[in-house]
Amino acid sequence: MTKLLLTASQTVGPFFAPALLREDARRHVLAQPETVGERIRIEGRVLDGDGEPVPDALVEIWQANAHGRYNHSADQGPAALDPSFIGFGRSGTDEEGRYWFETVKPGRVAFDEKQMQAPHICVTVFSRGLLNHAVTRLYFEDEPSNAGDPVLRCVPAERRATLLARREADGATVVYRFDIVLQGANETAFFNV
Amino acid sequence: MNDIHTTIGEIIRGDREVFPPYLYEAYQSTRRRAPSLPLIDVPLTISELTGPGPAISAVTPEDADLTRNAGTGGEAIGQRIIVTGRVLDDRGKPVPNTLLEIWQANAAGRYLHKRDQWPGPLDPNFLGMGRCLTDEEGVYRFLTIRPGAYPWKNHPNAWRPAHIHFSLFGPSMLSRLVTQMYFPDDPLHNIDPILQSVPTAEARQRLISTYDHSVTEPEWALGYRWDIVLRGPYATPFE
Repeated sequence: MTKLLLTASQTVGPFFAPALLREDARRHVLAQPETVGERIRIEGRVLDGDGEPVPDALVEIWQANAHGRYNHSADQGPAALDPSFIGFGRSGTDEEGRYWFETVKPGRVAFDEKQMQAPHICVTVFSRGLLNHAVTRLYFEDEPSNAGDPVLRCVPAERRATLLARREADGATVVYRFDIVLQGANETAFFNV
Repeated sequence: MNDIHTTIGEIIRGDREVFPPYLYEAYQSTRRRAPSLPLIDVPLTISELTGPGPAISAVTPEDADLTRNAGTGGEAIGQRIIVTGRVLDDRGKPVPNTLLEIWQANAAGRYLHKRDQWPGPLDPNFLGMGRCLTDEEGVYRFLTIRPGAYPWKNHPNAWRPAHIHFSLFGPSMLSRLVTQMYFPDDPLHNIDPILQSVPTAEARQRLISTYDHSVTEPEWALGYRWDIVLRGPYATPFE
C-alpha cells in the first residue's frame, strides 16, 4: 500500500511558552488527591553540549498509573484503570534549565505475553535548536527489575546509567533526579522512536 | 539540493527522507543542542503505542479564533485568514478528536514574548495563540491573521519566512509532532535554514500551505489549506 509522506518536524522555537505553558496547558502535577500510588517528585535539568542550562526547553512525560495501566484505549488489561490519573505531564525549564513533575511511581507494564518492563516514564524534549524532538525514558535507579528490562537492554551498557533517575530524599518527599543532557559528556541515550 | 551549504549531522530520528537531522549547522542553535551519539533502536511497546488523548486541555470555540481571543474585546490587525485542513495518518485515515495548539507572530512579525524585542510593533489585540480539536473527519479550522516575517540573530540579515507553529498529539506518543506551516510564494523559503534542514524538496513542499479559493469567504477572509500526516496507531519501528 502506498503510504502518505509524513509531515516533517520543525523546531519548537523560542516563543512557545505563552501558548504551550499557559495556565491550563502546563501540567506539573499529575496526581490528584484521590490518585492511588507512591507520591514522587521528578526534578532535573536540561543541559546542552557545553553543560549549560537550556532555559527554553519543553519537557513532556507519559506514564502508566501505579497499577501499571495506561489511560488509553490501546491498553486493555489486566491492571486497574485509575480514572483520576491521565498520566501526561508538561513542564518548561527555568533559567537554570530545571523542570519538575509531581506524580506517582508507575507500575510495571507488559512487554509481551511473557515479559514485563521495569517501571519507567516516557520523556520527550523539545527546544530551540532541536529540529526534531528527543525521546527517551526515565528508569528508577533503585529498581531491581531494570536488569531484565527489554528496552533498557537495547542501550549500550556504558550509556544505560544516563537513563537512571537518582533517588534523593527531601524531607518526607521522595525525589528522583533525572538530568537530560542533549549533547556531549554524559549525553542522555535517546531513542529512534 | 537547496541553496544552503552546511555541515549536516548523521543522527536523525525517523524517516531520513522526511525528518531533519539534529545537527544542521546553518541553524546555529543546533550546534550545542543536537544529540551527537547514535539513537537507540528500541522495540515499540504499549508505552509508545499509547498517549494522552484530547482530555489534557478544555478547548472552547473562542480558542480557535486568534483574531478575537486576546480578551480585549478588540480585533487583531492584519490580513484575516482561515487556516484549515485534515489531520490524517499515513494510511490516509482521518485522526478525529485530537488536539492542535498553534502560535505565531502578529501581522508585523512580532511575537508576544519577552524574548522577542526587535522593533516590530505589538498588537494589543493579538496574543498569537490558539487551539482546537479535530472533528470526526479529522478536520481542524482556525481564524487568524497572516503572520509577518521576523528577523532573528541566526546569521546576518536573517529573517524567518512567515509561519505558524503547530503542535499535535495524534493517537499515541509515536505521532507527537511539532512543526511549522509556511505560506506559498515566499522568497524567504530558500534561504531559511530551519525549513531547508528538511532533507528533500518533497518533504519541504509538504510544509507549505496552499491558497484555496474555495475556503476563502467573500468580504471576510482568505483561505489556506494545509493537511498534516502523522504516524498511525499501528506504527512500526523506524527502519
